[in-house]
Amino acid sequence: MIDILQIFLSESFWAASLRIASPLIFGVLGALLCERAGVLNLGIEGIFVVGAMTGWMTVWLGAPLPVGVLAAAFSGALFGFLHSVLTVPLGLSQHVSGLGITLFASSLASFTYRTALPQVSSPPRIEPFRSLDVPILTDLPFFGPVLFQQTALTWLALILVCVVWWIMDRTPLGVALKAVGDNPEAVNAQGLSVIRLRMGAVVVGSSLMALGGAFLTMSAFDAFFFGMVNGRGWICIALVIFASWQPGKALIGALLFGMFDALQVRLQTEAGALVPPQVFLMMPFILSIIALVIVARRADYPRALLTPWFKGQR
Amino acid sequence: MTSLAPGPPVGPGTPAMPGPILAMRGMTKRFGPLLAADSIDLDLNQGEVLALLGENGAGKTTLMNMLFGEYTPDAGEVRIRDPSGNEEVLPPGQPQAAIAARIGMVHQHFTLAENLTVLDNILLGTEPPFSSRRSRRRARARLHRLMEASGLNASLDVRIRELSVGERQRIEILKALYREARILVLDEPTAVLTPQEADSLFGAVRELVREGLSVIFISHKLREVLAFSDRIMVLRHGRRMGEMPTSEADVGKIVRMMVGEEHAGVDRSPGEPSAPALVLEKVSVPSSRAQRALFEVSLTIHEAEILGIAGVAGNGQSTLAQIISGLLQPGEGSISIGGKNVRRLTPARALREGIGRIPEDRYQDGIVADMSVAENIVIERLDSPEIQRRGILRRAAIATHAEFLIDAHDIRCPGPHARTALLSGGNIQKLILARVLEAQPGIILANQPTRGLDVRAAGEVSRRLIAARDRGAGVLLISEDLDEVLALSDRILVMQGGRIAETKSRDRAVIGAMMTGGSVG
Repeated sequence: MIDILQIFLSESFWAASLRIASPLIFGVLGALLCERAGVLNLGIEGIFVVGAMTGWMTVWLGAPLPVGVLAAAFSGALFGFLHSVLTVPLGLSQHVSGLGITLFASSLASFTYRTALPQVSSPPRIEPFRSLDVPILTDLPFFGPVLFQQTALTWLALILVCVVWWIMDRTPLGVALKAVGDNPEAVNAQGLSVIRLRMGAVVVGSSLMALGGAFLTMSAFDAFFFGMVNGRGWICIALVIFASWQPGKALIGALLFGMFDALQVRLQTEAGALVPPQVFLMMPFILSIIALVIVARRADYPRALLTPWFKGQR
Repeated sequence: MTSLAPGPPVGPGTPAMPGPILAMRGMTKRFGPLLAADSIDLDLNQGEVLALLGENGAGKTTLMNMLFGEYTPDAGEVRIRDPSGNEEVLPPGQPQAAIAARIGMVHQHFTLAENLTVLDNILLGTEPPFSSRRSRRRARARLHRLMEASGLNASLDVRIRELSVGERQRIEILKALYREARILVLDEPTAVLTPQEADSLFGAVRELVREGLSVIFISHKLREVLAFSDRIMVLRHGRRMGEMPTSEADVGKIVRMMVGEEHAGVDRSPGEPSAPALVLEKVSVPSSRAQRALFEVSLTIHEAEILGIAGVAGNGQSTLAQIISGLLQPGEGSISIGGKNVRRLTPARALREGIGRIPEDRYQDGIVADMSVAENIVIERLDSPEIQRRGILRRAAIATHAEFLIDAHDIRCPGPHARTALLSGGNIQKLILARVLEAQPGIILANQPTRGLDVRAAGEVSRRLIAARDRGAGVLLISEDLDEVLALSDRILVMQGGRIAETKSRDRAVIGAMMTGGSVG
């Protein structure tokens, strides 16, 4: 018998869960900001790819790691701006625009990579973020390895959860953001700009998504290769619903998924002989669907999600 | 018309400055082929209450939306004089400019975010993006003072979606008062208030007017207009028909100006109630996020009777209406229709049992706005052989049928294939009424049937309900407009706090007291 309890007690399991969850935290926060403002951003998958590529390439060209992170965020903001122009002032279908952005962004990223590096057979490596190793804290039993041997980007993700929560729950800006996704007319009648709020949320949200991609090439791995995002963006779209559009629950959702994924890797090594590995690979997704079914039945959608707003329309 | 008692002080305001505080000139707005406002001029003096009257679609709301910058006018300008006497032209199409000029507007269609609390909705847009908790506490204290002064009470930490339509309206008024408006536009503010609340609102606004507030006031209730305004201006088909001081106005004169003919009042002979059509026996519903509780509600609607239910919004009327529509199964109690007990009343069952339903929120529950007029007319009887044959819609028959009803009920629309969203509120209500009456229902649930309708349209709806009663239908009329309940009902029940009590009285004061919990026992 496999000792599952032993897996759950091991430090490495929890450290891995948090590591796997990190890019998802960025992605869920980004998607959550967009959707709270009333805009679904299905460009997320492509924006992950762009963020991963831009961050990696900036560093590969010689810039320091933090500059790479900023470059990745900026690339996400650009594609977010494109999506927001199409969906907010022009009011086009958010589904179509988002899927278009995903196709466009991921192709452009791959194209840029291939043009810059036509010859290489194995992807060139960069020196990625190291774990922080906070003195003293790292030596704590259990919490040391789990929390304090993560990279700066994981910490950034955790801090961003607090920042997004604080803005949404504690500032007038957050109130306006939630209002514009529920009833844009209420925002307009108070003299605030629906267009600017929505576009701003999409741009900022998209740059967070790109950070999720950058985590992959600058923290989890040290190179860019095709197909590395592998559906993480879509997972984030589902996790937003799981989280009922709340940052705290978004963190929990991402951690749950990280746990499932870390668990399946360990089960695979322990029981790989008995069960085909594909079953374990499917596990996190199946468990996510089950979790979604349980939670999403009571989901409380932003009322104006997917609904474009035009000034002075009857 | 009964008198407004205790009436707020009436009389011309005291103009503190010469010349109008607000001057609108040549305001014009087109929506496609429709000329919604045609070169309208409007002056408002300081400390004056101007009543804006006109039928649905006369251009009142369009004009006010241009004032508030929600619509950009095709022509015309708005001039505002600030307290120091300087005149400025408001930039068109900018709500923030109107707010900066301290124009406040209470919209007819609420501009509240349902996922936010009352406090958040009121503060929305009044604070910088990252203000401190302390300013929020100050705002809360100021609001409490304001609520005390105005008599408009609300709990600040409840989410809007948990409030009834009437409660939401009060928040809208509070929101405008919080913004210290110098010019306040009230678009049908009392449509959902009790007479007492309306009086106290007018009292509060009167007090503010005495301190220099200027008010533009849209209402269909002529009694209110005559009691509350200083001057009356009438619009018709997007044009200004004329104006007069309220002291020289009377109902006949106003109505003639509004509709161009003498208004025929609702003529009601007493009904002849016979056998019970619908009986509710000790029906109880626990309270939840979605609905107010009911406590052992028993009532009987007889054939050929209009049973009126008076009450303030949010006292269980919506829950009662949901039960009778079949949308909600009561926790306890029994329902019988035509003498036989109905164990489980579903919407489909309600239709089969001949319950015609006129829902409270006609836009949300009464129609599908994106579908055509014809489709909305037949939507409740899609399985009838006149409408479909072997699962295929009979489009020609549906269109003919729709045209017939459009004529018979005078539904103003471009045709049976027009999108229903394009119709005005009054015409949407006529459509719903046409659909309901067409099925010759034995029981009619009319929930706020004339809310927001003008004199003519409301009169039309009332006459049709009376005609249905005379044909033998039992009508349950739920209304927050006490005048309407008094005018139409054969018997009157009062709903308060989820309980129901019958009253023989026809006295506004007595019923008003019961509505506010004075003597329901």
